[in-house]
Amino acid sequence: MGVTPISWYLALSGMLFAIGTIGVLTRRNLIVIFMAIELLLNAVNLSFVALARSLGSMDGQVIVFFVMAVAAAEAAVGLAIMLQLYRLRETLNADEVTTLRW
Amino acid sequence: MVTVTATDALRWIVLFPALGFLWNLFLGRRFPGSAKLVGPGVLLAAFIAAVLAVLQLHALPAQSALRDVVFPWIDVGTLRANVAFWLDPLSAVMVLVVTGVGFLIHVYSIGYMHDDPDVARFFTYLNLFVTAMLVLVLADNLLLLFMGWEGVGLCSYLLVGFWWTKEENATAGKKAMLANRVGDACFLVGLFLLIQYAQTLDFAGLERQADVLRVATIGGWSVPLVVCLLLLLGATGKSAQIPLYVWLPDAMAGPTPVSALIHAATMVTAGVYLTCRLHVLYALAPEALTAIAVVGAVTAFYAATIAVAQMDIKKVLAYSTISQLGYMFLGVGVGLPGAAVFHLVTHAFFKGLLFLCAGSVMHALSGEQDMRRMGGLWRRIPITSATMAVGTLAIAGVPPFSGFFSKDEIIWGAFAGPHPHPVLGVVGYAAAALTAFYMGRLMCLTFFGTSRVDAHAEHHLHESPPVMTIPLVVLAVLAAVGGVLPVPHVVEQVTGHVRMDEATLAAKAVAIADTLGGLGLAWVFYVLRPELPGNVATALGGFYRLVRDKYRIDELYDRVIYRPVLAMADAAAWVIDRGFIDGIVNGVGAFVVSTSGAWRRIQTGNVQHYALSFLVGALVLVTYYLVG
Amino acid sequence: MSVPLFLLLAVFTVASALVIVIHRNPIYSALGLVSTLFLLALLFIGLEAHMVAVLQIIVYAGAIVVLFLFVIMLLNLQVEEREMVSRPLIGAAVVGGLGLGVLVLVGIALTPLAPPVPVQPGYGGTLTLAERLFTTYLLPFELTSLLLLVAIVGAVVVGKRKA
Repeated sequence: MGVTPISWYLALSGMLFAIGTIGVLTRRNLIVIFMAIELLLNAVNLSFVALARSLGSMDGQVIVFFVMAVAAAEAAVGLAIMLQLYRLRETLNADEVTTLRW
Repeated sequence: MVTVTATDALRWIVLFPALGFLWNLFLGRRFPGSAKLVGPGVLLAAFIAAVLAVLQLHALPAQSALRDVVFPWIDVGTLRANVAFWLDPLSAVMVLVVTGVGFLIHVYSIGYMHDDPDVARFFTYLNLFVTAMLVLVLADNLLLLFMGWEGVGLCSYLLVGFWWTKEENATAGKKAMLANRVGDACFLVGLFLLIQYAQTLDFAGLERQADVLRVATIGGWSVPLVVCLLLLLGATGKSAQIPLYVWLPDAMAGPTPVSALIHAATMVTAGVYLTCRLHVLYALAPEALTAIAVVGAVTAFYAATIAVAQMDIKKVLAYSTISQLGYMFLGVGVGLPGAAVFHLVTHAFFKGLLFLCAGSVMHALSGEQDMRRMGGLWRRIPITSATMAVGTLAIAGVPPFSGFFSKDEIIWGAFAGPHPHPVLGVVGYAAAALTAFYMGRLMCLTFFGTSRVDAHAEHHLHESPPVMTIPLVVLAVLAAVGGVLPVPHVVEQVTGHVRMDEATLAAKAVAIADTLGGLGLAWVFYVLRPELPGNVATALGGFYRLVRDKYRIDELYDRVIYRPVLAMADAAAWVIDRGFIDGIVNGVGAFVVSTSGAWRRIQTGNVQHYALSFLVGALVLVTYYLVG
Repeated sequence: MSVPLFLLLAVFTVASALVIVIHRNPIYSALGLVSTLFLLALLFIGLEAHMVAVLQIIVYAGAIVVLFLFVIMLLNLQVEEREMVSRPLIGAAVVGGLGLGVLVLVGIALTPLAPPVPVQPGYGGTLTLAERLFTTYLLPFELTSLLLLVAIVGAVVVGKRKA
């Protein structure tokens, strides 16, 4: 029963990232896609914190701080856009908002 | 060597007509009627300036020349060509003829073009023409001469097609321009060769380079010979010799003063002047002189035969001009440039006179040009008749009129000159006989016999006003007594004195018999026994028709030259340009459109598809970094 | 953090993540997201990043996910039939995702990490974080405040109903 090696945390981060990727690519509902993107961001946050611990530096945590701030801003604006989109198109199905096509 | 004196006087000779051109161009319509005064006025000013300049030259010792450098123009490497004018005895003769005869014809035009609404435009073009012609004869280098050469060609086009609303007039103008262009192209190639081998284009310089040129060769041919032949071709274009004469008869579509000035007295003589001016070059290539003589003699005879069968009074005079120009070339070719220029001067007098008289006849008959509808005009328009008779006697070569002295000098030169060609002399006599015959024919058909004038013209028949008849009289006097002018002597101060035996009595007798015989025969044919011409024509049948149709050369050129060229142009335009080049351009465009049409399907608009491509890219990168 | 605790948290984290991605009802996906965030916060604590863990709960789970839920409720999103995309895309996505995961694991395996450096007390605390934030990272901090301002204004402007 030792301390978990840092590389296990990184492995977990990788798995979460892979799951998030699959989520972005496979779901239709735009909100759920967005949630999967948040999952991606968090996987990366975990990675940062783990490595910060490994190196004994605070810099990784500062970066996580900033990531969170940006994610908040992004969520606010993104959801506002989706709100407008729903008002316009009556749908949030990714397959039905493809007007920027050839 | 020639001593050159600098002066400011020569530019005025050219400037006055240029100013007249500008006035008529911009203000001619604002001040109606001004053109009729300014046009001839500047010519008079130019003539006076010319006389003063010639007097200045005369005061200098022999072998002198005046040069007026207006401004430096081209100075590249060894080639230097300035806008500069050169007055020596040769150009003096030309200047006086151009301004003097030009002035008389301008005055005549006041009357002839009186009722034409485009009178201002007419004098504009005429003044421009005189400017260009003066540049041509006064230039001190070949490049400036060529500018004048092109200028007169342009004005010929503008003036022949003066009444361009009628399509055949515009076509005639075009034909004049195109035929000249062929000659000009040869001229240019000759110029290029001179620049290459002599490094200079001004006449004094060419003289200095004579030794260099003598031995220069290109592709095995002697350079002077090639240049002279090319310049000869250029001259045949401008001076209407075989093979480029075809434009001159068509050019009769222009107003008659134009025919008189340009196609008799001045522009067409440019080729003769050019050849005399370059006597240094021709001295280095005697074979070229032979070529000139042959071309001249053959053309003289050939054109005379066509003139015999023409019905239009202006066409007879046109072919007559071609024929007389042939005599001038013959003169140069046998080594008598002095005699050639002498004939040039007398020809300017009597041919100019003849054309103006023809214009007067047409004016009297309300525009009739066909001699079959003339006749019996002798007493009705006396001044015109008398002056035309003087002109006819002059051109036929009846002594003591001027033509006798100039023309027979040339024919005798074919036997006894520096480069004799007796055969060509005989041809010359034959052509002279024909000349007398067809001119006599013209006089008889127009003025004598029973009147065939139609009723309407008959009703309006009247002599021309003094503004037209006075120039006729002046020219008639010149044509009558011009034989005393010492032109050959003057010209030979520049080209070198020629020693030739005096013509034998036999030669003179043959010449006179020639002339009188021709005239007499015409009298018989057209006054005494008017049914004879018809009988002869029927008897000769096809041959007569061939001659009357000018040997169908125009049709030949059409088939052999125009149609193939037009076919090539068609091919180039439709097949090459439209089909091939546009095909390539459009093909590139179509290719881009089709490939992009295929590629754009990537833009599905579906965000997840884009995310998938991100993923793929990321995987590739990560693999690359792991492996590499 | 001890190994068994870590493994427990890891399993649950992965399970929550799968819920986000797989469940058809968006509300359930949101709940999955909340749970993932909480578990991650616990993992942060295990890594002695206390301040960040608290921030994670307050900001992420407490604000962002609430925002999500607001929008879902506002739009009254229904559970949709055929939630997933077309078959080929699913296949490509799974393959790609798994491939990515494999690659990451391979990468981790190939790069040995030194044992973690012992840290002073106060590591991961508010004071140390603030000290870093207001000295070395002052510029990004200020820019982030600007970013948040822009986001606020943007969200209001974009989300407005046409007047």
